[in-house]
Amino acid sequence: MNPIPINTINSPTVILELIYRLKIKDVMSTPLVTADKSASLRSIQLLMRDKNVTGIPIVQGNRLLGLVSMDDIIQALDLGYIEETAEKHMTRNLTVLEDDMPVSFAITYFDTYPYHRFPVLSKKKELVGMVTTRDISARLLLEINREVDAIEQAAAAKHVAHEDSIVKKQTFTVLRHNFENAGYASTELKKFLKSENIDTAAIRRAAVASYELEINLVVHSEGGTITSEYGDNKLKLTVTDTGPGIPDIDAAMEEGFSTANSWIRSLGFGAGMGLPNVKRVSDEFSITSEMGKGTIVVAVIYLSKKKEISQ
Amino acid sequence: MREKFLKGSSIHNHLGYTEIYLPEKDFSVTSGFTSDLLSDVMANAEEDSVLMTIQAHRNSVAVAALAGIRAIIICSGRKVPADMLTAAEEHAIALYTTEDNQFTASWKIADLLEKS
Repeated sequence: MNPIPINTINSPTVILELIYRLKIKDVMSTPLVTADKSASLRSIQLLMRDKNVTGIPIVQGNRLLGLVSMDDIIQALDLGYIEETAEKHMTRNLTVLEDDMPVSFAITYFDTYPYHRFPVLSKKKELVGMVTTRDISARLLLEINREVDAIEQAAAAKHVAHEDSIVKKQTFTVLRHNFENAGYASTELKKFLKSENIDTAAIRRAAVASYELEINLVVHSEGGTITSEYGDNKLKLTVTDTGPGIPDIDAAMEEGFSTANSWIRSLGFGAGMGLPNVKRVSDEFSITSEMGKGTIVVAVIYLSKKKEISQ
Repeated sequence: MREKFLKGSSIHNHLGYTEIYLPEKDFSVTSGFTSDLLSDVMANAEEDSVLMTIQAHRNSVAVAALAGIRAIIICSGRKVPADMLTAAEEHAIALYTTEDNQFTASWKIADLLEKS
């Protein structure tokens, strides 16, 4: 398994941004625990235990000379040279990272090399820190947490913004063959749009759409609801019923096509103008229907406010 | 050009049509529309118009209210049912009846508008 199981090429964008945005200097451990080249391996062993680290860079001033790792100590104990100096037994020719490199480099390094830690040098080649897989994992977890938090908050804000854009939502129930109350929903909607100072032509279009849809529910459906959502300079009408469904939508959309009986026609309805009229006055229109299930019509009317009369 | 308009009261005063309901405030209409198809009325009638129809039921009032029609003339002597009158009161839409058919009522209204 990779020491840091993060793909540096095709991880989610958030993660990629993170491992490129974060620099090695953001994740490396400081302050440094270092030893002089003249220090005995024994003293380094004690230093490791004391400071709870598994690798000690050997320095002269700020210059990195080599590294003594836990493995080096074990070997020294094994072969009996634990009292000798670091300079004599330390690992030289080290692979190092630069503090300005993105963390993705470190992840790749840990993938490529068998080492558990890398010394970090500044541009001036001075030793400024050490980085272990643990440093990276811990910091990444912290940052990922922060990102997830931000994403959640953004999602919540978006949700709220969407809710906010709907200033008013109303739902009307329409019953089958209830001609008595036909037009009630449309009249209420018209009143509301008037109170919002919407321009007359737009109100008319909204009224035509909602009335025809309302009448369709009364005449043809087994009953249903009209939901109107007002906001964002739009009126969205969503009309759903519980059946019976429209067998041929193309025919239903044709002007003059009607399945209404003579009784309904005698009332002045069922002339086959309903749906075509709704489509004509709507800026967005969709209809779906399933036999035995019902029909859903969505009509959106773009609204504009009445122009201020300026003299 | 002066816009043609007709005082609501003259529908009774000049044509002798029966007033079934008159809103408290006198009103005026600037055009007429004749149809018995409510979808047609809904889609095509002008605002501030008078509707000539034989559809003597409350749905005509609902359509009139939505379309901005000020008055309905029920033609051919059809009777106005009680719930239609209630609806008319509710929406303040004037209601008249006449023995004239739609054609005759239409030209009489057109004539009045012309003379106005």
